[in-house]
Amino acid sequence: MVNGEKSGVLEAIRRSGLQKLLALGALLIMCTFFSIFGQNFFSHSAFMNILDASYYIGFMAIGQTFVIITGGIDLSVGTVMMSGALIGGVAYNVWHWPIAFCLVVIVIVATIFGLINGLLIAKLHLPPFIVTLGTQFISLGFGSIVAEVQTQQYPTVNQADGWFKTAFYRTQGGFPMGAVFLLLFFIAAYILLTRTKLGRYTYAIGSNEEAARISGINIDKWKVIVYVLSGFSAGLAGILYAATYTTIVPQTGNGLELYAIAAVVIGGTSLAGGVGSLVGSLIGVFIMTVLKDGLMSMNMQSQWQIFFTGVVVILAVLLDIYRSKKAAQVKN
Amino acid sequence: MGERNANTLTNESQKVLEMLGIDKRFQGVHALKECTFELRKGEVHALVGENGAGKSTLMKILTGIYQPDKGEIVYNGKKVHFRTAKEAQVAGISIVHQELNLMNHLTAAQNIFVGREAKGFMTDDRVINERTRKLFDSLNLNIKPTDKISFLTIGKAQMVEIAKAISFEANILVLDEPTAALTISETEELFNMMNELRAKGVSIIYISHRLEEIEVMADRVTVMRDGQYVGTLVMKDATLDQIIKMMVGRTIYEEPKTKSHVKPDAPVVLETKNLSSPLVKDVSFLLRQGEILGFAGLIGAGRTEVARLVIGADRRFRGDIFVSGRQVNIKCPKDAVSHGIGYLSEDRKRYGLALGLSVTDNAMLASLDDYASSGFINQRKCEQETYKYIKSIDIKTPSSRQIIRNLSGGNQQKVVIAKWLIKNCDILIFDEPTRGIDIGAKSEIYKLMNDLVNRGRSIIMISSELPELLRMSDRIIVMCEGAKTKELDISEADSEIIMKYATLNDVGGKKHG
Repeated sequence: MVNGEKSGVLEAIRRSGLQKLLALGALLIMCTFFSIFGQNFFSHSAFMNILDASYYIGFMAIGQTFVIITGGIDLSVGTVMMSGALIGGVAYNVWHWPIAFCLVVIVIVATIFGLINGLLIAKLHLPPFIVTLGTQFISLGFGSIVAEVQTQQYPTVNQADGWFKTAFYRTQGGFPMGAVFLLLFFIAAYILLTRTKLGRYTYAIGSNEEAARISGINIDKWKVIVYVLSGFSAGLAGILYAATYTTIVPQTGNGLELYAIAAVVIGGTSLAGGVGSLVGSLIGVFIMTVLKDGLMSMNMQSQWQIFFTGVVVILAVLLDIYRSKKAAQVKN
Repeated sequence: MGERNANTLTNESQKVLEMLGIDKRFQGVHALKECTFELRKGEVHALVGENGAGKSTLMKILTGIYQPDKGEIVYNGKKVHFRTAKEAQVAGISIVHQELNLMNHLTAAQNIFVGREAKGFMTDDRVINERTRKLFDSLNLNIKPTDKISFLTIGKAQMVEIAKAISFEANILVLDEPTAALTISETEELFNMMNELRAKGVSIIYISHRLEEIEVMADRVTVMRDGQYVGTLVMKDATLDQIIKMMVGRTIYEEPKTKSHVKPDAPVVLETKNLSSPLVKDVSFLLRQGEILGFAGLIGAGRTEVARLVIGADRRFRGDIFVSGRQVNIKCPKDAVSHGIGYLSEDRKRYGLALGLSVTDNAMLASLDDYASSGFINQRKCEQETYKYIKSIDIKTPSSRQIIRNLSGGNQQKVVIAKWLIKNCDILIFDEPTRGIDIGAKSEIYKLMNDLVNRGRSIIMISSELPELLRMSDRIIVMCEGAKTKELDISEADSEIIMKYATLNDVGGKKHG
């Protein structure tokens, strides 16, 4: 009321969803910055590098967005992805299954972990942080146990089953198939979040779980579905990871979930639940991968990339808090 | 309905609801005793009573949230038994709770139809937006179905909630304190809406503390007291005085104080001038040495908020605070403590105690600076000091090392008192000091408070229990809607005067959204 005019403008910005443009603007500024100050940042190969790194984080971030909008968190996605990829590798290398089946194995393993998360959280009312921290370690160990701590190798392009790399990663001509799959999955998830009951209840649970329960919504069921979706996304991420990097090393993957969570948070999804968008998460993914490649083009190595990723996450959250404070003032 | 002709009330056919002999206990507390309630078609029926009279419990039984231990509910001539809120809703009985149950991040339409979207997996907002628009039009509501709740004022959000309740084809609508957070114009809008619903034959049960609203809106009023049905009046034949008498008419088991025990020349230890915040309007008062100053008012009248301003827990827009005649700048609770003001929260388990720590740790919590050297706590001195108070205010605990959680409510409260005494606080603010404490322990707390003032300390006592205030206070300040509406010497105070000023609504006119 003190600054009625200003708050009107802010309200308009919030209503029209321009906040997403803020993240997009940041992404464009970063691209411009690195194009000017980096070496060869504005090139085909750099662009491909950025895409490569975005596939698996992108899939995980999409599932993670649903979870975080419900007010939960899934810390297990990184190791679940690797666990699936490892076991799929065992199926290929040790059990000699056809590659197509092995890819299905990746998704099934990851989805089962998602189901376990969901059941423990919804039915036993355990905190998501604790449950998924537990399944992070369990999946980390489980993958290694099944693989007997052996590194698993997926076929390369020139090998017999190399078609899977051209189908999921790049075509012979170098066309980025991974980006196509990410886009397709993104569209499907976008429809799921904005046009279906699953999406509506995802927001409802995160906004006010008790009100949703009173409205007669089966909270437990939808929570389980959301965590299953997160596991499923991690499984698809596993396929893309295997297709991109070919080599799966046991006991890795922990820490990758933080990139997915960071992408979601940078994209404006609130850890308190109820608010969030997939578009934002996708922009968040690219902000991180652009940052990584951009810093590389300025000859700053991985320690700097990690450092600046942290800075971006904190800036994004600060911005979010500032935004919601302004929104609260608008309301009063 | 013709079969049930046991009595010969002329408007028998209009009766939509009867609650008979409803009895409910919660872990030994007898919340409802053989309660009766009757509702006719198309009437606004007010349900009034002091805090804790059992109004909300009765309505929760009606709407299936609680199950009665005894008694029956007859709805549209048939005996019914609702096991869940959903069952009651489907049958046409909806309740709008005092605290809103909406999802702030969703739109009005999404909130109203949540859980009732179209069949199948997909949602179609165009359909529910259209249905919501029709619903809002029929209720003359000027709200866009696509507005997110977080952008609506509390008043508008409340309208959405009522519209949601109506959308279940409600025959009976229960409104629990719907105007508590509304401005005057929003209240008027609500009343218009209620009038339209009444015209459509919806019966409304209206719970409110604001008697002048009831006078305007209600056709009949039912009064409850101490979990019992007192009586039902037809509003146009009743006076407000009559209703207040019915509300407070219990025999007062506490011996009230007849005159102030404070010497007229006792020095002023605390003075506030024009304390203001969003919830407090220009509150000024004096506290003398050795005085117990009572703060009366209904829940939400702003009494706790005044206390929080005095101790610096909330930021004040305006207002000055003087301690022993000197102006002080209290910006946070630490400042208040250093000026000798201690606050005992109404929710001691959340704000007053560390439940997992020992008696000593809790009692010493505010004073550790004085009992530590270079960062190390002198545990032995702490134990000794605590022991002194265990003796002097008679805390019943096996040892000073006992974990607080294992003590009774009364003894927990004494530990909080000890904490402030150890810190040498001369001004103590007791916020609902006897909440959740049994009768025996209550009188001990009263005795302790009297001891404290006899020894020259001064007390501000916030309480929703009138008998307690009348027994303990030397002077009483009555608040309503954030403003001080009356100051009474104990010799001129009684329940009726206090209730009158506690429900005074005309100061609410200053409120703006």
